[in-house]
Amino acid sequence: MPNNTDFVLAVEGVSVSFDGFKAVNDLSLYIDKGELRVIIGPNGAGKTTVLDLICGRTRATEGAISFKNQYIGGLKEHEIVKLGIGRKFQTPSIYEDLTVFENLEISFPRGRNVTGALFWKRSEEIIARVQEVARMIFLGDHIDRLAETLSHGQKQWLEIGMLLIQDPELLMLDEPVAGMSVSERRKTAELLKEIIKNRSVIVIEHDMKFVESIAHRVTVLHQGKVLAEGSMEAIQANPKVQEVYLGH
Amino acid sequence: MSQSLTKNRNIELIGFAILAVLLVVVLPLSLDIFRLNLIGKYLTYAFVAVGLVACWGYTGILSLGQGVFFGLGGYCMAMFLKLEASSVANTKIQSTPGIPDFMDWNQLTELPFFWVPFKSLPLALIAVILVPSLAAFILGVAMFKRRVGGVYFAIITQALAAVLTILIIGRQGYTGGINGITDLRTLLGWDIRTDHAKYILYFVCCAALFGSMFLVRFVLASKLGRILVAVRDTEERVRFSGYDVANFKVFVFCLASAIAAIGGAMFTLQVGFMSPSFVGIVPSIEMVIFCAVGGRQSIIGAVVGTLLVNWGKTLFSESFPELWLFFMGGLFIAVVLLFPRGLAGLVTDQLLPWIGRLSGGRRQVAAAGSAPAPAPAE
Amino acid sequence: MFMGYSLGEIGSIFAMQAFAGLILFSVFVLMALGLAIIFGQMGVINMAHGEFMILGAYMTFLTSHLFQTYAPQAFAGYFFVAMLVAFVASGAIGLAVEWLLIKRLYKRPLDTLLATWGLSLIMQQAFRSIFGAREVGVQLPDWMMGSLQVTDTIEVQINGLFVMTLTLMITAVVALLLFRSRWGLQVRAVVANRVMADAAGIDTRRIDRLTFGLGCGIAGIAGSAFTMIGSTSPTAGQAYIVDTFLVVVFGGAQSLLGTIASAFTISQSQSTLEFFLTGSMAKVTTLLIVIGLLMLRPQGLFVLKVRK
Repeated sequence: MPNNTDFVLAVEGVSVSFDGFKAVNDLSLYIDKGELRVIIGPNGAGKTTVLDLICGRTRATEGAISFKNQYIGGLKEHEIVKLGIGRKFQTPSIYEDLTVFENLEISFPRGRNVTGALFWKRSEEIIARVQEVARMIFLGDHIDRLAETLSHGQKQWLEIGMLLIQDPELLMLDEPVAGMSVSERRKTAELLKEIIKNRSVIVIEHDMKFVESIAHRVTVLHQGKVLAEGSMEAIQANPKVQEVYLGH
Repeated sequence: MSQSLTKNRNIELIGFAILAVLLVVVLPLSLDIFRLNLIGKYLTYAFVAVGLVACWGYTGILSLGQGVFFGLGGYCMAMFLKLEASSVANTKIQSTPGIPDFMDWNQLTELPFFWVPFKSLPLALIAVILVPSLAAFILGVAMFKRRVGGVYFAIITQALAAVLTILIIGRQGYTGGINGITDLRTLLGWDIRTDHAKYILYFVCCAALFGSMFLVRFVLASKLGRILVAVRDTEERVRFSGYDVANFKVFVFCLASAIAAIGGAMFTLQVGFMSPSFVGIVPSIEMVIFCAVGGRQSIIGAVVGTLLVNWGKTLFSESFPELWLFFMGGLFIAVVLLFPRGLAGLVTDQLLPWIGRLSGGRRQVAAAGSAPAPAPAE
Repeated sequence: MFMGYSLGEIGSIFAMQAFAGLILFSVFVLMALGLAIIFGQMGVINMAHGEFMILGAYMTFLTSHLFQTYAPQAFAGYFFVAMLVAFVASGAIGLAVEWLLIKRLYKRPLDTLLATWGLSLIMQQAFRSIFGAREVGVQLPDWMMGSLQVTDTIEVQINGLFVMTLTLMITAVVALLLFRSRWGLQVRAVVANRVMADAAGIDTRRIDRLTFGLGCGIAGIAGSAFTMIGSTSPTAGQAYIVDTFLVVVFGGAQSLLGTIASAFTISQSQSTLEFFLTGSMAKVTTLLIVIGLLMLRPQGLFVLKVRK
């Protein structure tokens, strides 16, 4: 067992290499309960790979990852999800051939094995919860629309809603406002502020204004390593960070 | 698509009813027993096609080896019938009486151990379902847990169809070789070769087919059915919704295989033999095209497609046998290029809206098509 | 199964069967090469690949016939002409098929599989209508007959050596094309990232068509080699698609060397097993071993770990 700590997530000395190229190199990252952490860094810094490692999509070559003091390094994706880690992808990843309702229903954290799914009943509780979440993500009037007919921004919201209904303790968002219009972006920021309550969140984002408005702490990645970590002001004043962002 | 399917569930039921009337009333009254038996034979392929709707149409797992499961089911049934036909009294001219004739010809002097359970009808019936399901389970676990899918899975199942055919043909003494298991006579003393028996078996086959169709319909209408569609479209996302995707794929593959196996057993009963020519690469992929012609996402479509293609095959091979392969080849290409949703797609996309327009009701158009219509939540 | 043979005998058996497997190896390599570059580039499995091979075999048969009738004095060299004819014929039809069929099915690999299967049925019936259902054989020129006596117990067939040498040369040419030519550069760019390649001004449609044509053309050459181990009939190609695909997958679809190594492993184990078991059981055993290995290593034996 890892040492008992208060951290929700502890990534310790993790490395991963693809074909000799070290995408992540001896990286450590600790997330507190209720913390909102923003990860920034230039392209290819390994941001998405870090999320891939945490959610089991990529296996670390070295190091340990633990969630609530339990090692999760060897677990499969769905097992990690069941422990309470949710992940939003960079491009909207939803079930295009299903309705908004069905998208949310599938994400409801129950009936996840074969028999549970086969004999699934839509109880009042589930319908109410789905409708509640649909309203939160501004899709209350579109509940029976096929997801493929939604706009890009609505798809992003739907995916956030699918995470919300999972009720994860740790939420990982990969560029949640990418490709949104200004007004969608504003609504999304509101939505994110709503859903990050009572849970730990890791956000990858390029949009500095957005980062400023939400971040507790910021981690800067560069070439697979942590370059700097601290409050937004401290990071913005950090000469190493300025060099990485402006120097090339 | 799933929405239109959910909305079309009532239309589907009407389709089931029309099909039932056709199969159970119209055809038996209008065809002689020879032709009806032929329809019964086609219907046994429809089992495979119905399974493929779940496995391929919904989940996107293309198996080119469904003949393996059809064959295993058929062989399990044939082994029982063969043992019953090979009683000591019937085979006293053999050097070893009491074993099937082909074993005697291949100098076997004893019933192989895996034939012994097939002396009992209950065990044989269990084996009809269990053996193919187990085979599908092992293959499914090995493939899907390792995340082998798509064309890889298709080709590996095709390789298995080749393997099983070669094996059956090569191990003559144990399997009856290329001729298959022939000369089946009675089921618990009841002669299955009489016209009367053929009528009864035809209706049993219809009943089993409708049973399978309702089973698949139930599965596809459940949340599991929606998960299968989700797996087809974005498998990875389903994992991140907390589902063990491999288990769902294994389940649907086993389901499709078990249903195919029932078809195989019904084939043996109605046609009176089973041979490797229903196991291999060619029959397996043909069954996929039956399903595709009818509409890979429509249960009724699968049955109708099977009947039509086979009826066409019979017509063609009677009059222009040399053109049949051109036609079949063209069918593969046309279905994929021009009608990827098959006949069922034509009906739901073209015919029903057209009927709707004829009757002047615009609302039916919206209900029948896949156009998003605002509807209250269930 | 090794009972009753002395160690020396077993050695000779292995060596003999290994050389006997050379032509099978060549056919596998050429078939797999074509299938692999098409699969690697376009993600398409060409189920009619066996029929393109048989087309090449028929072309070889026709060429040998023409030489026998009109230029018997040049018969010794007909095989080289035949290979060229086979390549051109299969390649040209391949180009046409890509243009008419495959390009319309891009991004639907399973549907492409079914459509090309339909194509294979049409080609089979076309062969039957044109050449008849009967099997045809090809006569070899004298210099390719016979065998070299290596030791007392081991002899090697000349045509096997010849075909293998040619195969290796063709493979080398393909490798050169892939890694040195402009086409190869573009192919590798498309394999690595189709969207980027498109954006960088590469005509990916044209590259697809050329690749498909080249793959089919190589299958045609495989057909020339095939005439030495089997008799040509309309359906003879069908049996090869599964084997060939397993060769491709087993070798790792992106790796040229992997394809050669896996063709070698599979053809050799099949031909060695054939001596000890019956032909059909050898085939079953080989297929099952390959399937088993694929379950252990689905990405193939020779593939690099790539970042998703």
